[in-house]
Amino acid sequence: MNAAVIREGDSFGGGAAAGGRVLTPGVDVSHKTILYLEDISVSFDGFKALNRLSLDIDNGELRCIIGPNGAGKTTMMDVVTGKTRPDSGSVFFGQTIDVAKLTEAEIAHAGIGRKFQKPTVFEQHSVFENLELAMKTDKRVRASLTARLDSAQRDRIAETLDLIHLAGDADRAAGLLSHGQKQWLEIGMLLMQEPRLLLLDEPVAGMTDEETERTGELCKALAGKHSVIVVEHDMDFVAGIARKVTVLHEGSVLAEGSMGEVQNDERVIEVYLGR
Amino acid sequence: MGPLAAGIGRLYGRRGWSVLAACAAILFLLFPLANLVLPKGSLFYISDYTIALTGKIMCYAIVAVAMDLIWGYTGILSLGHGLFFALGGYAMGMYLMRMIGREGQYQSELPDFMVFLDWKAYPWYWSFTDQFWYAALLVVLVPGVLAFVFGFFAFRSRIKGVYFSIITQALTFAFMLLFFRNDTGFGGNNGFTDFKRILGLPIATSETRMALFMLSGAVLIATLLAARFIVASKFGRVLTAIRDAESRVMFSGYNPVHYKLAIWTLSAVICGIAGALYVPQVGIINPSEMSPANSIEIAIWVAVGGRGSLVGAILGAGIVNFAKSWFTVAFPEYWLFFLGLLFILVTLYLPRGVVGAFDQVRRRWRERRPVPAARRSAA
Amino acid sequence: MRTLRSLLILLVLALLAAPASAVAPALIEKLALGEYDDKIAALNELLGSGDESALDFLQALHDGSVQVAGGKQVLIVKDNAGIDAASGKSLSPLPPEREDVMVNNRLRRELASAIAGLRLASSKRDTRLAAAKALQNGADEEMLPLVSRALAKESDPDIKNLLTLLAATMQLQSKDAATRLAAAKALASSSNPNTKALLLAVLEKKGDAYAEPDAAVRAEAQSSLKALESRLSTGDRFGQLFTGASLGSILLLAALGLAITYGLMGVINMAHGELIMVGAYSTYVVQNLFRAQAPDLFDWYLAAAVPAAFATAALVGMALERSVIRFLYGRPLETLLATWGISLILIQAARTLFGAQNVQVENPVWMSGGITILSNIVLPYNRIVIIVFAFAVLLAVWLLLTRTRLGLFVRAVTQNRAMASCVGVPTARVDTWAFGLGSGIAGLAGCALSQIGNVGPDLGQSYIVDSFMVVVLGGVGQLAGTVYAALGLGMANKFLEGLSGAVLAKIAILAFIIVFIQKRPQGLFALKGRMAEG
Repeated sequence: MNAAVIREGDSFGGGAAAGGRVLTPGVDVSHKTILYLEDISVSFDGFKALNRLSLDIDNGELRCIIGPNGAGKTTMMDVVTGKTRPDSGSVFFGQTIDVAKLTEAEIAHAGIGRKFQKPTVFEQHSVFENLELAMKTDKRVRASLTARLDSAQRDRIAETLDLIHLAGDADRAAGLLSHGQKQWLEIGMLLMQEPRLLLLDEPVAGMTDEETERTGELCKALAGKHSVIVVEHDMDFVAGIARKVTVLHEGSVLAEGSMGEVQNDERVIEVYLGR
Repeated sequence: MGPLAAGIGRLYGRRGWSVLAACAAILFLLFPLANLVLPKGSLFYISDYTIALTGKIMCYAIVAVAMDLIWGYTGILSLGHGLFFALGGYAMGMYLMRMIGREGQYQSELPDFMVFLDWKAYPWYWSFTDQFWYAALLVVLVPGVLAFVFGFFAFRSRIKGVYFSIITQALTFAFMLLFFRNDTGFGGNNGFTDFKRILGLPIATSETRMALFMLSGAVLIATLLAARFIVASKFGRVLTAIRDAESRVMFSGYNPVHYKLAIWTLSAVICGIAGALYVPQVGIINPSEMSPANSIEIAIWVAVGGRGSLVGAILGAGIVNFAKSWFTVAFPEYWLFFLGLLFILVTLYLPRGVVGAFDQVRRRWRERRPVPAARRSAA
Repeated sequence: MRTLRSLLILLVLALLAAPASAVAPALIEKLALGEYDDKIAALNELLGSGDESALDFLQALHDGSVQVAGGKQVLIVKDNAGIDAASGKSLSPLPPEREDVMVNNRLRRELASAIAGLRLASSKRDTRLAAAKALQNGADEEMLPLVSRALAKESDPDIKNLLTLLAATMQLQSKDAATRLAAAKALASSSNPNTKALLLAVLEKKGDAYAEPDAAVRAEAQSSLKALESRLSTGDRFGQLFTGASLGSILLLAALGLAITYGLMGVINMAHGELIMVGAYSTYVVQNLFRAQAPDLFDWYLAAAVPAAFATAALVGMALERSVIRFLYGRPLETLLATWGISLILIQAARTLFGAQNVQVENPVWMSGGITILSNIVLPYNRIVIIVFAFAVLLAVWLLLTRTRLGLFVRAVTQNRAMASCVGVPTARVDTWAFGLGSGIAGLAGCALSQIGNVGPDLGQSYIVDSFMVVVLGGVGQLAGTVYAALGLGMANKFLEGLSGAVLAKIAILAFIIVFIQKRPQGLFALKGRMAEG
């Protein structure tokens, strides 16, 4: 399998010219799987964060990943987004894209988006501008000088605004939003980059109950067109949205299945002490 | 022409354009009339001294706008911007020194300071500086290239914040030391002075002064419009995003290094042009223009007026410099006290400068009297 | 027979017991009243005779205190008391009509050499040593017989060396080639930089011919020159090393305080240079106080000045921290600007209080002078003291940071402010104390600087950029970084100065730092965790 990445006019880090051969444009999901993690091992100074982890995510799936602290959830996300290189094993995005061969920016550009725990939005800009900035388009200096929004782009932004329930706050400064709204805005910005795979790290941390519920709906709405991986600690939230749940423990998969199956699994109970 | 004019027209609302038109009228009609046409004793006569002073301050205002672009909008505090201003000034100064011809103290083709050093010919870097177009090119290229190279290495290595400010200070300090040396060939600590002519016109007449004054005014307005264009565009929004959350910007797919480098270089070039307009109006350029103190003062102009507001930058430059010329005549010993206090008070109590304070007052006033559908301000 | 012998003895005794001014009256007259040429002739006669008793008169003549009364009597007049030059008897009252004897510069020079020459024959060793040293800087050929005679009589080895070299210098001009050869050879053992010029002159070419016709002499001069140059250059290098260490110690003092406050609070204090100035001015004030109130204890004024400088600067620093800097916490760029404003105010305050000119701070006696190494290098005592002082301060700071509770708190807050606050460290107070400490050290730097340089309102400005560079280069959070950076920069600066001059050296250093910081932005020794990036 060869790795190929198309750059659509964007340039990243150092301005290296676009290159690469085209095999299949975009992500190859002919086998219905969008993400393969095979036998991933990562250790930091002797501590094994990931221990021969293997995981597959289907195209359009909404997968929840849970596990106690230190199970390796964040490290797994780091590996998928290119922040950490695995010591062994492979990560494939679709059939053809070998993540290990790409930089962080290239991975982001290929269609993997990650939302971090702490929401970072552009506080001084309006919600609308935040989305506009994130929008997938030519992001070079000269293009930005003369960029004007055409109607198709405006529609896209409007769509996203509706999706993240912020249509009424489009002109408000992002810094004035509530914590939950900021989280949504960040998800919205992620969506504007048109990712195929979304990694959401603790999306409902610090949210009110109502906000949590709406976020759950949002996640469900996203699945299908996008593939979503949610890492969470809030079991109620997970129960509400998950179809398939993966439990990580000490760097590898402990159990996988529906929420009910997983909650009744002996090994899981032992690890979580009946949570 | 159509879309360009429309684009420019969009930069300001109707009120903004009227204010701008009024300023233009004052600069291009009132001042010339009051200086050249009115007799000297008349009530509304504006003296040559005032013209020169205002022209000089307009050059400072141009620098303030440039500084605002990189500090107010992009969050890069440069403590060495005076260097680019001075380099532009020196480039123009070289041309003006050439234009003295044989009318210097030693009546030689070489400038006085070279004769004094016992040099027999111009060094290679002085070649062609008797051509105006070449000097103009230098005015743009020297600060531009220096800024580009410095910025390339600095931004690429992710140097930010306080460290960046310190090394810009070191940069201007190093150049100041370099230019103080007589061997560098730029007049040593006396610099260039005693200019006689520019573009064939005698430099000290009221007419030439007025021409330079109006040119400075025109460049100031052009700079303001250009800066406004940048700031209102997506490019400008990316800049403020870089200021607020640089890592997020990177993650959103932009290359902050390219953006920073672009605005940094542009800012330096603008400063160079301002310097070139400044030197014929004040009649002298010497290495103290490169002193760290000068560059830090530029920051306070922007801080006083209001970071992140272009008009604020111009206001700040005007306020501080008119205050300075008043103080240094009336109470010279107190000027530094005043300036120091200004630094402290503005950073403590006026983080958004005069314009910001004004906005706050206006907002509070508006909240008391509800106005139907407050107009959306442009970005 | 017996009568003759007793007469001789009497004569000798008479001569021995002669009062100070036993110079022939004729000579005195000539010196005081004669024409210039006559004066010179009389002088040479005196020199030739080696009569030490003429010294007083010659000195008086040189100082302009010789007067003539009534056109004949030559008097030495000092403080309204007169002595007859010929007889040595004091005269009172002074005759009213007196004329000054005019001595022009040329004569004065001749007198100076003559006096030195006569001193060479003095009975006191110190006088002879001083005279020999003085003659090194300009001796005429005519002195040669005097010098040779002194050399023959001399027993002290040090003075003998000096005189040998002196003689050789003069003999280089001799008409006799063999003398010149011997002289050139002798000069090999010199370590006087003036000798170098002399030897070079021997090797000079005038047109096609050499100044020195004899080839053997030239060869000898060449080898002597080589030996001399190598000795001088070792001296030079050592001197450079020393000045480098001296500059490094000063940079260390200046930058140590800055490193502490920057490491702790992420605040670059642009008024740091002015805190140095505050320390220097407090030293000045203490010096004046001592001079006015306790002049006998003047040499010990530093004992009071050092703590005074520390305390004053620390207080000023703490006041700044409480009133301005703490409100800008978390906004490093604004802090830069606000502290710059403070520095402007402090400079202007110094100008208003003490005047814009530099003020004079004197070294106490025990710090004046220096150790001489190889006649061309002098290591000044004051710089040595400062090097020692800097390391003493460093030691004290190290002890404070590692052995006291305050030090523990400071280190904790530097590494992780939030966590330190959570475990109960009073971060606000630690900030104030640490700022005071950093400022106090700056004050000590100012005190030290006052001993080796000028004290003026702009003192701080010249050290602020250097202090920044040390902090940037050395990294924050660890004293080691500051020490290495300061010493390194000091040495590098002096070394480069020797190569390319002071200005280019500074520029090169700045360029180096600009490049270095791009490769390694955290500096040489950085603590992981805290690095204020703004």
